[in-house]
Amino acid sequence: MKPENAWIDFAYVIASVLFILGLKMMTAQKSAQRGNLLSAVGMLIAIVATLAQKGLSYEWILVGLAVGSLIGAWMAYTVKMTGMPEMVGMLNGFGGLASLLVGWAEFLARPGGDLLTLVSTYLAVLIGGVTFSGSLVAWAKLSERVSSKAFLFRGQQVFNGVLVTVIVGCGVVFCVNPELAYPMLMLAIGLSLLLGIMAVIPIGGADMPVVISLLNSYSGMAGCAAGFVILNSVLIVTGGLVGASGIILTAIMCKAMNRSLANVLFSGFGAAPTAGGTAVKGEAKPLSPQEAYLVLEAARNVMFVPGYGLAVAQAQHAVRELANLLEANGAEVSYAIHAVAGRMPGHMNVLLAEADVPFEQLIEMDTANARMAMVDVAIVIGANDVVNPAAREDTTSPLYGMPIINVDQARTVFVLKRSMASGFSGVDNPLFFFDNARMIFGDAKATIQAISAEFKAV
Amino acid sequence: MILLIFTFVLAIFLGFELISKVPSQLHTPLMSGSNAISGITVVGALIAAGEGHGTMTAILGTVAVAAAMINVVGGYLVTDRMLKMFKGKQTPKAKA
Repeated sequence: MKPENAWIDFAYVIASVLFILGLKMMTAQKSAQRGNLLSAVGMLIAIVATLAQKGLSYEWILVGLAVGSLIGAWMAYTVKMTGMPEMVGMLNGFGGLASLLVGWAEFLARPGGDLLTLVSTYLAVLIGGVTFSGSLVAWAKLSERVSSKAFLFRGQQVFNGVLVTVIVGCGVVFCVNPELAYPMLMLAIGLSLLLGIMAVIPIGGADMPVVISLLNSYSGMAGCAAGFVILNSVLIVTGGLVGASGIILTAIMCKAMNRSLANVLFSGFGAAPTAGGTAVKGEAKPLSPQEAYLVLEAARNVMFVPGYGLAVAQAQHAVRELANLLEANGAEVSYAIHAVAGRMPGHMNVLLAEADVPFEQLIEMDTANARMAMVDVAIVIGANDVVNPAAREDTTSPLYGMPIINVDQARTVFVLKRSMASGFSGVDNPLFFFDNARMIFGDAKATIQAISAEFKAV
Repeated sequence: MILLIFTFVLAIFLGFELISKVPSQLHTPLMSGSNAISGITVVGALIAAGEGHGTMTAILGTVAVAAAMINVVGGYLVTDRMLKMFKGKQTPKAKA
């Protein structure tokens, strides 16, 4: 270690400590905002310390810093809360791209090196490339620029298998043959981008929360690999932290759907229209907003069960207004949030927080189910699969085994829906035909506002 | 070198410890926040962009700096925006 670099390394240690403390504080609601600030300060320290390194010329750096910061700030301030999954997907992608480019640039600056450096370079480029193109596909699916359905074709598994084998083969050549190393690296960039696309297209829209968490983990891993390339401990520490946290969130999401990660990644869930499951027969009982008001007026305990449809209809503020009226009428109001409601982990909470729903009224699935017997009216808004009783009872249903919110056990269930169409998974929902279920068709926002209007008319 | 691998393994364990008990309400901000942290790749990008190993390296480094800064700035700001909303409605209640 060169003596003038000693304090730079010390600054990196401080930055790492701030990242760890920041992450720790972000795990509790009270300290979360300060935690985020702390970790931002850590980042500033790391950047300033790096810039203080001797012999750097700044003209290129300043261009990159300015452009990146402006785009980042613009994205952060303009993004709608409903668009948060796309935004995070996009950010993951940029993280991956940065790692890929760092690996590439380092190889140009210092070709060769020992085996660990070569392996790390290859991994940084590979994981970075997969993260980048995978995130772009996820972003396109989430923002509905391409169909969010799973995309499958014959021989897909074989094709992917060959692709991975070729990538590994290139890696071996890259490490052992210095003359072929650069062309191999270029080939690996192309192949890793292809692999990222291939990895995400067979995953259906309903599984996107898992993909986003997984890509988050990858972006950390890619940074980590880049850290091994330039032998920088702060990259390795933070890359490891982010990689691990992404994996944990991924595992939580999988558990919430009662599926294994392999099943999510490879099964193409939702591609074919309902492979299994009992066809549902019966007649749904529609209800008008006026009739709904009469039931709600007498209700003492009301539980909202929001799904992504709530966000699509931009109904969160209307729901909050109705909740206020219900509370004024003496009812107890809560919001039951399934872990995979929305398009990314915790997404629904953000949307409701935006509409000023008190943090304490947001409850998790287990709490909601424990209270269900006391609920007079459960109002399902734009959710479908997460309240499908087939997941509990019908062993032939593709959803079977997934933990759900048992709204069918409430005294009455209102389902707000545009039509009788099935949910994101493409599975029919027998709940709609239950005796205690009433369908209120139409745009969720308009329906809620119509009910609120009845309350106000009194 | 072995020290770096050691650091890496410890960091992963620490990550598991830190994140395993997060309430699901905070998953989205946690994700965008940790995303911002993963923009630390900017450190490597800055060196590549400024070290002067030729135009190609500088261009790659500059694009990497820009990409990483989008990640950093975008990630931190959007996380702050979300967390502010989580807090927002508790403060007026406390004051009232």
